[in-house]
Amino acid sequence: MPQVRGLSGDSVTIGRGARIGARREGLARFARFALFLAGVVASGAALAAPPFEDTIAQRVVACTGCHGKEGRAAPDGYYPRIAGKPAGYLFNQLRNFRDERRHYELMNGLLALLDDAYLQEIADHFASLDLPYPAPLAPVGSAALRDAGEALVRRGDPARGVPACNDCHGAQMTGLAPFIPGLLGLPRDYLNAQLGAWRSGQRRALPPDCMAQVAQRLSPEDIGAVSAWLAAQPVPAHAAAPPAPSTPLPIACGGVAAATGAASAPTR
Amino acid sequence: MKLGKTSIALAVVATLMLLAAIAVVALNRDDDLPRAPEAAARASDADLIARGEYLVRAGSCYGCHTEPGGAPYAGGRAIETPFGIVSAPNLTPDGTGLAAWSSDDFWRALHNGRSRDGRLLYPAFPYPNYTRLARADADAMFAYLKSLAPVAKQNRPHALRFPFDQSVALAVWRALFFRPAQFETDSAKSPQWNRGAYLVETLGHCNACHSRRNVFGATAGPLDLAGGLIPIQNWYAPSLRDNAEAGVGDWPEREIVALLRSGTSARGSVQGPMAEVVARSTQFLSEDDLEAMAAYLGSLPDGTDATRRATGDINTASAPSEAGAKLYTTHCAACHGDRGEGVAGAYPALAGNRAVAITPPANLVHMVLRGGFGPTTPGHPRPYGMPPFATVLSDEQVGQVLSYLRASWGHHAPPVSTLEVSRYRGAR
Repeated sequence: MPQVRGLSGDSVTIGRGARIGARREGLARFARFALFLAGVVASGAALAAPPFEDTIAQRVVACTGCHGKEGRAAPDGYYPRIAGKPAGYLFNQLRNFRDERRHYELMNGLLALLDDAYLQEIADHFASLDLPYPAPLAPVGSAALRDAGEALVRRGDPARGVPACNDCHGAQMTGLAPFIPGLLGLPRDYLNAQLGAWRSGQRRALPPDCMAQVAQRLSPEDIGAVSAWLAAQPVPAHAAAPPAPSTPLPIACGGVAAATGAASAPTR
Repeated sequence: MKLGKTSIALAVVATLMLLAAIAVVALNRDDDLPRAPEAAARASDADLIARGEYLVRAGSCYGCHTEPGGAPYAGGRAIETPFGIVSAPNLTPDGTGLAAWSSDDFWRALHNGRSRDGRLLYPAFPYPNYTRLARADADAMFAYLKSLAPVAKQNRPHALRFPFDQSVALAVWRALFFRPAQFETDSAKSPQWNRGAYLVETLGHCNACHSRRNVFGATAGPLDLAGGLIPIQNWYAPSLRDNAEAGVGDWPEREIVALLRSGTSARGSVQGPMAEVVARSTQFLSEDDLEAMAAYLGSLPDGTDATRRATGDINTASAPSEAGAKLYTTHCAACHGDRGEGVAGAYPALAGNRAVAITPPANLVHMVLRGGFGPTTPGHPRPYGMPPFATVLSDEQVGQVLSYLRASWGHHAPPVSTLEVSRYRGAR
């Protein structure tokens, strides 16, 4: 069996196919080739053993099973893409799942015993991936529905105290680093489910929970319209979230206030 | 005379019932202690509080008395039992918690299983174990809890089904299954062994999971560590007295310590409820105490039941199925290796892994459905994770792939049926 440097510098016997989702394809290809030769020499085996890599990408294959290879789930399913989302946003969501402010049993279970430092590293990893987006799916619903959705996204509804999505999520709706996520490139079902969960109190964030306030001012029809329009929009070429300006948000958000170092609940 | 016979029978029944009632009352005798007012100075003793914090951690109090994301020890977590839901109370020194309690009250709860007002406590609170605590340890734990910041959080009422919600039912249960007791030092054994036994039997309450419960939810006692299915969660806490399950009689002591300290070792790693025990409790224990637990657990005789193993072999009629092999190659081999060899330090080997062959296969099913990360600990801060397959594989497929594992690489364990997978999938 081929040997590579292991977790703590020990030599580790590696298995075939142990690699899922490596980041640097070129390096990986070279490594595979080298290991192929080593494998032939060592065991006479005919097939190469894709290398096991002591990387954060290797550690989080638990995530990429649902969120897609490298966390780039496409909008044709339910699970949201996580690749390239702002690091602070991802970190907050990991904590929200761990501490059961968000409820999805598989996520709650996976994260229950992970500490803040590791969640931050996982968040930083997925945030650092700058990968292209696929084209949006064909629009659903009537044009009138999507027009209503676009109006809410771009202008909000001041009469009901609903701010425009653009006001916080950026003019291009690609989010504002490091805490505010983009809204494009996500499955319509996922958008519907999240806005619905905020409206019902099933999804929560650190207080003040700005999105809960916004969603509670929307009707189910509004949510359907917003989701239908957002899911039909292409993601611009430069999808990375620009840094947030220093101007205050139209509504106070606990997840953004966490930037100032508000302590989270201790994990142990 | 007919009527006379009936009268005599009724009288006998009434007498028996009266005697039973007297027995229940007698067996629940409070054997109360004089409860003196608190000496105020004690709670400010920093050493006492630090020792108490350590013991509270050793007692795994956090796991039940803290809600996810909630204030530590402020209670509120719902403990599901086969008899209904027991809500863990607030242990912080607020009016809604332990503000009015004295250390005598606290001792009575741990030792006698009674609340401050004399109410009988439900044994979801493991007082059948804590009853053997040393009084000095209980006092230190209480001093620590009293030192916490008060958190105002009203206790939720339990939601138990009839008749389990009746205090009479609890009194009968206690008459049958509970006596206040003291830890008995075994003078034939070393002080280290005795310390280990004390931690395992009392604070650690290991048998709360690692033993079978009868239909009344009672275990055979704190020394019964022969394994059992955890009610409701339906994870199987394997036998600590069987080296083919989770017995550690043939482990080097340092590997036992490593497992309890970091959640992983060269011999195996923790997942499921035991991962929580490491995360919330054992990782914080001193080297001396972990070595003591290792010495005690390592001394338990290997109770491998040769007959049962042989029967297991006979039951294994099925050869590894082609469907199972194919699923393994598609979903598992990338990490666990074509021959189940795993990757040391990251992905457990399945070949030669005793957890693969344990019956019931509950833990295997949970792992495949839910995946998991080990706990983050200072010794293992960046664990590797396994993806959940609950949304990927059907119950039939999970059964096929697990049956394949259990018949491969030298394993001869019975297959896993679709029905079994469905049953565990339904568990929480």
